[in-house]
Amino acid sequence: MSRWISLVATAVFGLSVIPAVASAQERIQDTTARKMSLKVWGAQFEEFEYRYSDDDEELGVWSGDFFYGTDELKVRWLTKGEYAIEEQAYEKLENQLVVQTPVSDFFDAKAGLRFDTPDGPDRTYAVLGIAGLAPQWFEIDANLYVSKDGDTSTELDAEYELLLTNHWILVAALDAKVAFSEDREIGVGKGLVSTETGLRLSYDLIDRSFSPYIGVVHERKYADTADFVRAEGGNVEDWFAVIGARLSF
Amino acid sequence: MKMAFLAGTLGLLLPVMGLAGEYDLTVDRVEIDTGDFVKEGIGYNGKSPGPVMRFKEGEEVSINVTNNLDEMTSIHWHGLILPFNQDGVPGISFPGIKPGETFTYKFPITQSGTYWFHSHSGFQEPDGAYGAIVIEPDGREPFRYDRDYVVQLTDKHPHSGDRIMRNLKMTADYYNREQQTVGEFFSDVSENGLMTTVKDRMAWGDMRMMKADVEDLQGFTGLINGKGPDQNWTGIFEPGERIRLRFINSSAMTYFDVRIPGLEMTVVQADGNNVQPVNVDEFRIGVAETFDVIVRPREAQAFTIFAESMGRSGYARGTLAPEAGMVAEVPELREAARLTMADMGAMEGMDHGSMEGMEGMDHSNMAGMDHSNMGQGSMMSAGGASDPFYAAGSGLVPTAANGGKFLSYADLKAQRPLYDEREPTREIELKLTGNMERYTWSINGVKYEDADPIRLKYGERVRFKFVNTTMMTHPLHLHGMWSILDVGAGQMNPVKHTVSVQPGTTVYMETEVDAPGQWAFHCHLSYHAAAGMFRKIIVEGGPETTQAAADEASIDKEGGDV
Repeated sequence: MSRWISLVATAVFGLSVIPAVASAQERIQDTTARKMSLKVWGAQFEEFEYRYSDDDEELGVWSGDFFYGTDELKVRWLTKGEYAIEEQAYEKLENQLVVQTPVSDFFDAKAGLRFDTPDGPDRTYAVLGIAGLAPQWFEIDANLYVSKDGDTSTELDAEYELLLTNHWILVAALDAKVAFSEDREIGVGKGLVSTETGLRLSYDLIDRSFSPYIGVVHERKYADTADFVRAEGGNVEDWFAVIGARLSF
Repeated sequence: MKMAFLAGTLGLLLPVMGLAGEYDLTVDRVEIDTGDFVKEGIGYNGKSPGPVMRFKEGEEVSINVTNNLDEMTSIHWHGLILPFNQDGVPGISFPGIKPGETFTYKFPITQSGTYWFHSHSGFQEPDGAYGAIVIEPDGREPFRYDRDYVVQLTDKHPHSGDRIMRNLKMTADYYNREQQTVGEFFSDVSENGLMTTVKDRMAWGDMRMMKADVEDLQGFTGLINGKGPDQNWTGIFEPGERIRLRFINSSAMTYFDVRIPGLEMTVVQADGNNVQPVNVDEFRIGVAETFDVIVRPREAQAFTIFAESMGRSGYARGTLAPEAGMVAEVPELREAARLTMADMGAMEGMDHGSMEGMEGMDHSNMAGMDHSNMGQGSMMSAGGASDPFYAAGSGLVPTAANGGKFLSYADLKAQRPLYDEREPTREIELKLTGNMERYTWSINGVKYEDADPIRLKYGERVRFKFVNTTMMTHPLHLHGMWSILDVGAGQMNPVKHTVSVQPGTTVYMETEVDAPGQWAFHCHLSYHAAAGMFRKIIVEGGPETTQAAADEASIDKEGGDV
């Protein structure tokens, strides 16, 4: 509870640190950067790639984030998109702005907003999530979304890195979406919506800043969502060959 | 007590003797060329490392430090006993030195031996702001040598300190390129069997900790006196001479295992204080420590000074030779070190799930230990691989490359005690804590930014109990007062300024609280200190009481105005 109060307080005061008043015995007060919370920023793109599907669809795809903050509180902007190159249209364009704070040794809680602005209807969601490292080195990111109209859905991202060597890394990633209510307008049915499974072989070319990769991605829609796709003449299942790079600054 | 008496006496005599020296240091942007890469850094008098400052015991020094940077700077005189306001820690000793400003340090030299100096501002020290101090003793030394060289080690990295800190915070294993791979899995399977290997990996995976987590920062080039392995710093000797090598580890993060194949080394001093001579083939030097050794090459041939990093990811190399240009063989790096469950020994506050994991691990751990013992082969039977300052079965216990003697803290005995032995007046337990995945480091679970100062009373003898609950080795440095390391030698316990605490171990040291004022205490790994493994220590009372009272009054007044 006190964590949340202090979290809110910290947020309200705009990350400012109020130095403790020095006791009478202290000859000088430490007001150097060392005595303040270390502020760190970072930008990472787990995926930044070109996809070519088994029925000749071409996509530009990215999934990345930018963060700024301290050990206790970070602001994170997450961005994901799929751009259909031939149609010149965003099939998917998703931006999240969340605040993030540790809740256990290995996990952070997140809360914020998600804005979907693809070509087609827009959506805004409230986001609650956890992200962290599960036993056996699985990177987990689980989120609950509630739309303005009250539609709820959940998304689980899991990732595992297999070190073939200390520079050749095979990354397995699974993303699964489940909707608790139907949102017909954007083609989401109740139940398991979709999965995206990827396997990417990367090489750390420049530190961990630039790691080119090749891989395969499998996308599938399920249940009512699959029916909606079929009704519109789309593919329920797609295979992609991908080439891209993992980036981190 | 003797120290204080000595200092007092010298203080009285000095004005009469007129033994005073004035020195100038400029803090400059410099270019650092390691042979592997060239980068901009920070140095003194236009160079990194800075000059060797040579003082004489009993001298009253004034050192004019001019800051030519566009940021604040400071110089800390590592290991020197001096008034707290000359100790050079911004926010604790003084406000720091502004750009363009010249600050004059003034203090009496009350000791002798090998020390060093470095910036205590930001990441200027890893960026190159360091140099050596050699203090000639007033009296005769208890050992003989014909010439001496400073051998100052560092781990120069192509990235700036700020960048390294940010990368570590973003991805804690950013620089770790010694992680366990699929290949290592299969080689472990063929050695230990599938089930043992799987269990071992599962046990570590359950804790989310890495056996390979020995060095946070890899990818550096080891330097000796500013020279990379290919630039080969060389010390000249004449066969038969005794050479005193003053090893100083000025690394940001790296422990080095030092040997000179073909030469036995006699350790005569540790952290500036003479120790009873110990002959060794190899020694491990923690970050910020110094060891003085004497070698006596009798043949007219070259000898390689080989300093291999503890995790075996890099090395520094130099040469001792009768003539410039002569070289000796440079050894190969040994196999990367791996932690064992023993190194997790003191881990506390783990949840139940993890405890089950620990139990599950005991088996695989034993297997792992046997394996590592096998790997070290004959050295083990020579009895060199146990060290009371490492957890029993630790993967970090060093062994000498030639199967001979590896220095242990347990071998260090003071040549002449600085203080009379007495019962400590109290014990202070400090847990070294951290979270490797988040790259947070703290003491008793509290980072410096959130911590109250540790308060000591002038005249106390405090026994510090350091409990390392992390999987990393931490070199703890107390400013201003000596660290009397408990090696079980009582009165002859060695007197140090930096004490390494290995994972899974508890180390005790005692401090005679004989220096009023306020001081820094911290892990000397640059990025651990910056992450919060740092404290202010306030010594209350003492001869400066009246001065302190005056300070208090002025601070109270300032407080009142606000």
